[in-house]
Amino acid sequence: MGSDDGFIEIIDVTKAFGPADRRVYALGGVAATIRRGEFFTLLGPSGCGKTTLLRLIAGFELPTSGEIRLDGQEIGHLPPFRRPVNTVFQNYALFPHMTVAQNIGFGLEMLGKPKADIAATVERMLALVKMTDLAGRRTDQLSGGQQQRVALARALAPQPKVLLLDEPLSALDLKLRKEMQVELKRIQLETGITFIFVTHDQEEALTMSDRIAVMSGGKILQIGTPREIYAHPTNRFVADFIGETNFIRARVQGGKAIVGGEVEVPLPAAPAQGEVTLAIRPEHLRLVAKGTAGALTATVGDAVYFGTDSHVHLTLGDGTGIVVRQQTDPDGREGPAPGSVLGVSFPPAAVQVLED
Amino acid sequence: MRETEATREAAQVRRNWLLSLPALLLLAAGAIGPLFIMLIYSFLTPGKYGNVEWIFSLDAWRGILFTRDIFDETLKLADAHLTIFWRSVRLSFLTTVFTFVVGFPTAWFIATRPPRWRAFWLFLITIPFWTNLLIRTFAINQIIRNEGFLNTFLIKIGVISEPLNLLYTDLAVFLGMTYVYLPLMVLPLYAAIERFDHRLLEAGYDLYASRLAVLRRIIFPTVKPGIIAGSILVFIPSLGAYVTPRILGGGRNMMIGNFIDLQFGQGRNWPLGASLSVMLLVVVTAALLIYVRFANRDRGHG
Amino acid sequence: MASRTFTASRLPGFATVAIVVFIALYMPIAMLMIYSFNAGDSIAIWDGFSFQWYERAWENEKVKEVTIRSLVIAGSAATISTVAATMAALATTRKKPFRGQTGIYVAINQPLMVPEIVTAVALLIFFAAIKVATGYQGLGYLILAHSAFCIPFAYLPIRARLEGMDLTLETAAADLYATPWWTFRRVTLPLLAPGIVAGMMLAFVTSLDDVVITLFVKSAGQDTLPTYLLAQIRRQVTGEVNAISTVLLALTVILLTTFFLLTRKRS
Repeated sequence: MGSDDGFIEIIDVTKAFGPADRRVYALGGVAATIRRGEFFTLLGPSGCGKTTLLRLIAGFELPTSGEIRLDGQEIGHLPPFRRPVNTVFQNYALFPHMTVAQNIGFGLEMLGKPKADIAATVERMLALVKMTDLAGRRTDQLSGGQQQRVALARALAPQPKVLLLDEPLSALDLKLRKEMQVELKRIQLETGITFIFVTHDQEEALTMSDRIAVMSGGKILQIGTPREIYAHPTNRFVADFIGETNFIRARVQGGKAIVGGEVEVPLPAAPAQGEVTLAIRPEHLRLVAKGTAGALTATVGDAVYFGTDSHVHLTLGDGTGIVVRQQTDPDGREGPAPGSVLGVSFPPAAVQVLED
Repeated sequence: MRETEATREAAQVRRNWLLSLPALLLLAAGAIGPLFIMLIYSFLTPGKYGNVEWIFSLDAWRGILFTRDIFDETLKLADAHLTIFWRSVRLSFLTTVFTFVVGFPTAWFIATRPPRWRAFWLFLITIPFWTNLLIRTFAINQIIRNEGFLNTFLIKIGVISEPLNLLYTDLAVFLGMTYVYLPLMVLPLYAAIERFDHRLLEAGYDLYASRLAVLRRIIFPTVKPGIIAGSILVFIPSLGAYVTPRILGGGRNMMIGNFIDLQFGQGRNWPLGASLSVMLLVVVTAALLIYVRFANRDRGHG
Repeated sequence: MASRTFTASRLPGFATVAIVVFIALYMPIAMLMIYSFNAGDSIAIWDGFSFQWYERAWENEKVKEVTIRSLVIAGSAATISTVAATMAALATTRKKPFRGQTGIYVAINQPLMVPEIVTAVALLIFFAAIKVATGYQGLGYLILAHSAFCIPFAYLPIRARLEGMDLTLETAAADLYATPWWTFRRVTLPLLAPGIVAGMMLAFVTSLDDVVITLFVKSAGQDTLPTYLLAQIRRQVTGEVNAISTVLLALTVILLTTFFLLTRKRS
């Protein structure tokens, strides 16, 4: 048994498409290490390279350069049918000429397992995804959610070392999607199989994953637990893509960031000199009276009421727009009047210094 | 089994060629290759009892338009050949026009049926298209021949006393070709009309267009690709027709196809038959290329 | 009124022309069929119902011989061309374009673009040379020629079926440990089967109906049903020809109906 660190190792993988003179890089040098039994998510907007990376792990595409190792063994150059990895496809890709049970048994049959074993595993898988009653159905008679379950059972039946899920929930409606999120998490815990999950939905990623890799432009920008990614984004893209963030420019002087020439923020690890961007979540900002020590001076633009909270838009002295999220007052009082000048304060710990 | 991008792609291309190979070999031996041999034969000298002598000659190409006078060996325009070419072109053109005149209302009729009936009417048009051309031509032959149904009927009701000599005339060939090639006109017209947005008609009428104006200014321009496709599909086989003129035109009202045939039978002039075939092939290919150009241009505008 | 069609779509006289066209299209065939049951030997005067022409055709050894030859040729040509067309369709559909792909496509459709008489003449010349060189006079020439011109007819429905097929199904099979061969056997082939059967039927019908190419390629004594009929029509017309034609038409219609049912899109 290899070390738990480094169950799947993606080593400097690039993937280019198109003819030699007009190559387009879908992946430009990606490295990641995925642990055994982990729920690992590739998160990013469409075209960021997350699906390409998944297809490289599955073997549907071959890397232009780099290696993919599974349990210490290089698999990046094996055909898909030689990799102990299975995929749940975005459109499910169920075989329309086979029943539910035949679909689920297909992989085992191809592996040459004895008939009795196949039947037993299919039974178990049907129970796992709660589809026992529909074993004999044709797949085109199933609802979207049922097809999803069959696709999942089919990919799990051969007991792969890794399960790849390519935006499997995107075709479902909201309610069903929430249900399946819980379901997926349960099945992952029950089977202990490593899941690599591709999505563009940040909420889905935050609620389900053990760790997330945020991708953009064919690169991985940050890998971390949902908390790390949300609380400590290391660059502007991650901070912006996950949740909402205010970006404020600051000048660094003597280990402290000076914002708008008035407020000093102590920095844990700051460059000696120059300009930086600070990221502060709207919910960490507080509106205080003008002139309060340590608060930025800002002019209120307008406030948007959301029920549980409201978003107050303000403008700093240098013209930077910021948003403050305020809990609604229990007595239903109106928010600050547009045009009024207020102070905006924040705890130093809420400040993230971003790499530019 | 280590694969890379390059090996996988090369294997796929190799596999594609290997898979295509049987079809390509069959076509090379049974359709395309012989065309080149035919081209070579068109530059040879006819043998005494058919076939060829391997002596280079341009006579076959000259022979398309000219004949050598038996007495003084001078070249003269071959009137008989010109008559045959002219008949072929004229009858093909008339067939194309007439199939359009009756085919357009038919296609329009099918396209404006309720959707579940459309398939039925379309099927009715398609069946004749796939059934034996020989039998269909033969059916026409039976109707119009002297002792056939039409003449018998007309004599019986007293319209005529002597049977009309319809069979073995140009008119018979024209009617026969219209009959056998009509589905080739209707099908592409239908495809074009079915895509036609019928709200355009309401817009046209709303803007004070008469029915004729709607037909000329709105319908014809929008279904033009279908009209061109149908015309090409009818004109090309008409020009190369062999069975229909043979059964309905007889030995005297030949078209190019029968004239080519003649060179391999009584004519015993294989090179001339080959050069005529090459000529026909060139004309047909040119027509197709013009059509492709038209079709692409229309798509570019649309 | 619950009329579905727009009144604007109704053009005066069009429906009348269409109905006349449909009648004109079927009347001659219907007459030919009706008079195949005529007790007399006229093609215009009805003398009562009889199967005599069918009996005569059935007893005619020559008819039997040419029918069997036609079926052998059409069966062989349909099989050969369908296998070749299926392979070619797999290579040229839904794949990353490769150098020469358009060339293959044009070659496959070439028989549709060249007038039959031209191909017939070219084959006559080519096969005449081979007959002299090898001395072989058998049915092979006809089967080869028919297989070649049937390829596009078999190819088109197979290609259409492949284009409508979800490519990820094959990816999914590969993902589930199916080698390329097993992917083909278990996923591609079963899903392609209706297209293949449809293609084979079109090829069979096309081969069965061919006159021109057969006429030029056949050696002496190799008449097929259509060339036999052509010769009979030239001599004198008897109800026997009508009877044979009726059987041939019926066979074609049955095959075509099956073809349409197979290729009909499921709603």
